[in-house]
Amino acid sequence: MIKNINFVSKFKKANIFSLIIFILSLIFISFKGLNYGIDFKGGTLIELRTDTSINASAIRDSLKSMNLGDINVKKFGKEGDYLIKVEQKNTNNSNLIPEIKKTLADNLNADVDFRRVENVGPKVSSELLESSIIAISLALAAMLFYIWIRFEWQFSIGSIIALFHDVIITLGIFSVLSLEINLSIIAAVLTIVGYSMNDTVVIYDRIRENLLKYTKISISDVSNLSINETLSRTIITSITTLLALVSIYILGGEILRGFSFAMILGVIIGTYSSMFVASPILKFFKVSYKTLEKEEEKILP
Amino acid sequence: MLNFSKINIILIYLIFFLISIFSVLNFQHKDNLILDKKVNLGLDLQGGSYLLLEINSDSLVEEKIQSKVIPIKKLFRENNLIYSDFKINKKDLTFKINDFEKFELFFFSRKENLINPYIDNYRAFELDYKKLNDNYVQVSFSKFGLLTINNSALKQSIEIVRRRIDDVGTKEPTILQRGEKRILVELPGLKDPERIKKLLGKTAKLNFRMVSENSEFGVDELISEIGESLKISKRIVMSGENLIDAQPSIQNQQNEPTVSFTLDRIGSQKFGRTTTDNVGKRLAIVLDGKIISAPNINEPITSGKGVISGNFSFQEATDLALLLRSGALPTPLDVVEERTVGPDLGEDSIKSGITSLIVGFILVIFFMLYKYRLFGLVANIALIANLLMLVGVLTILEATLTLPGIAGIILTVGMAVDANVLIFERIKEELKTEKSIIHAFDSGYSKAKITVLDANITTLIAAVILFAFGSGPVKGFAITLGIGILTTLFTAYFLARHLTSIIVLRKNNTTLKI
Repeated sequence: MIKNINFVSKFKKANIFSLIIFILSLIFISFKGLNYGIDFKGGTLIELRTDTSINASAIRDSLKSMNLGDINVKKFGKEGDYLIKVEQKNTNNSNLIPEIKKTLADNLNADVDFRRVENVGPKVSSELLESSIIAISLALAAMLFYIWIRFEWQFSIGSIIALFHDVIITLGIFSVLSLEINLSIIAAVLTIVGYSMNDTVVIYDRIRENLLKYTKISISDVSNLSINETLSRTIITSITTLLALVSIYILGGEILRGFSFAMILGVIIGTYSSMFVASPILKFFKVSYKTLEKEEEKILP
Repeated sequence: MLNFSKINIILIYLIFFLISIFSVLNFQHKDNLILDKKVNLGLDLQGGSYLLLEINSDSLVEEKIQSKVIPIKKLFRENNLIYSDFKINKKDLTFKINDFEKFELFFFSRKENLINPYIDNYRAFELDYKKLNDNYVQVSFSKFGLLTINNSALKQSIEIVRRRIDDVGTKEPTILQRGEKRILVELPGLKDPERIKKLLGKTAKLNFRMVSENSEFGVDELISEIGESLKISKRIVMSGENLIDAQPSIQNQQNEPTVSFTLDRIGSQKFGRTTTDNVGKRLAIVLDGKIISAPNINEPITSGKGVISGNFSFQEATDLALLLRSGALPTPLDVVEERTVGPDLGEDSIKSGITSLIVGFILVIFFMLYKYRLFGLVANIALIANLLMLVGVLTILEATLTLPGIAGIILTVGMAVDANVLIFERIKEELKTEKSIIHAFDSGYSKAKITVLDANITTLIAAVILFAFGSGPVKGFAITLGIGILTTLFTAYFLARHLTSIIVLRKNNTTLKI
């Protein structure tokens, strides 16, 4: 493995790059918005399999007479597989699903197999959104707390900024590409939080160790040394995790595609951020061996 | 770190063996169970329906607040309180009162308070009041009063939902309370939940009431099954509570599907008396405020048995009988969330999940072999052991495996090797400075220990939070991810370390490379 790359010299460029992408992501999230699925917006989702001769517009046309408002029909994996999404309307029609099924079966002149039907009411969807936001916030807070106990507050802030960076940019990319945010994406985001933290902790651990070992050299050099020393581990673990994820992405079926895509993004961004975001922040806070000295006993068992 | 006592070695392999042996239970033949434990498949993998029902207690609250009107008025009269402008609203009562302090005294009396009982478990009164201007008072249910109403309605509803679903005969339904107002229903293997939804959507309140032009109780004007407008007395002759059985039947003359019912003793008496007194008049059978039919009473019915006809199809007659047998729901139930997966999609999901697991596994194994050769083999043995233990623990817990859960296993495969990578990389570094190979391995393991622990605890925190907040399939992901971390720590730090120690101690200081 190549060693002794001068990471510190690239910190500045990387940080400017990160900042731009971060702000762009925020802009996209707040202005273009996130494409919430029915889990968070409420509505009805139907996955069906029919003849390969039938296209999306035929399905859309056959539902027009029902006046369902905003209908989204798209291909879903194989030829002849479609996903239909109907937005929540105020009317609480308990017969909506059988009516849609009947209309489709009547109008399409083909066998229709309804493979999956989901319907989320407005109350439940807003609760799901709320609990997802709580879960992510709680995860971030728990990480902050854990690092604060195990390291110093400077490390804690550094890792949290890196986490925010990862989560916001992942969501930003989802916004740019108009990819759907559903419950499994939230699961992916939380896993990214765990993974990115994992990466950051490994580098921080080494920085702490080296700070105490080489008290004479600056935090920049210690960071550089530590990143280099852990570099091959960082790369190997990213590769094995990505191998598993790419396997899910390609072979795991349509339902897991969004989830695995978010995870792939997250692993790449998380690996980058633990080297180029989390470490420079220690320099910003002027961390030195003196910062650690007070608690030396606690750290070295 | 490389020295293991005999007891340690025995313990490590015993724990590994005892846990991973459980994973084998999943491959048992159905008819020949050694131990009935296996990983359950989630609805997204085996197909089925998930319904979240919510009780709608508005009508119940309205009913209950109305029932307070007469006792309150009576109390006022008996105690010379003068009230005026008494209004009955949907959720509250408002009126003007002359002596507010006296009212308050009676309202919050703890002794024999029939109007506003004190609920001991909550240490609160059932009703609460708000003073409006000009001596106006607004009386409504307190927070705990509402809670009590919801609670008992929910308990009753769960019982009746269970009866109705059992009656339909789906396999292994799960019916659980969720929160204060919701019931979760899982119906594995059910492809189309519409019939169940229909059956659960009806409260099925059955009343027998006389058709009469003017009744001292007042009349409701309802449309009958054949379209005529009938005036029906508000007095309920008999209600569905007195039914002990109802079955679909065929009436011989017209071959028409009907529902035959049997009444309990009290019901038989009431029904007998009414039909004796009213021969020649019409009796309306009202279900959920709609007339099913309004037949003529031809002769007194004293046997306690009767037949309801109403132009039913056989399915309708069967369903009505089922509803009457199971009893009325206290409130209507709304379906607030529904997820149905067809069995073939479930099968496809299992197939693609397993395929991606195998491929991901093979990719990681080859990569580790390429990277670390002999020690890659150690890491791979640890990985296989890890998977066996993970499935073993899932089996012991009889956890539910979902599609995201399979993704969690694959992710574990990718991330589990991290522990060994951390250790091996550390040993590599140690080998650069340390002359003795054994020492290098030893300090590699001990120095990497804290890092491995720190790194895994962060992911574990994420998994625990996901488990606490996630629902359904996502919970399945959190379970496999979380357990995966624990088995990873075990296999890396005990199994793989022992295997490494065997290699290192045997090769003894020659040309060991990592």
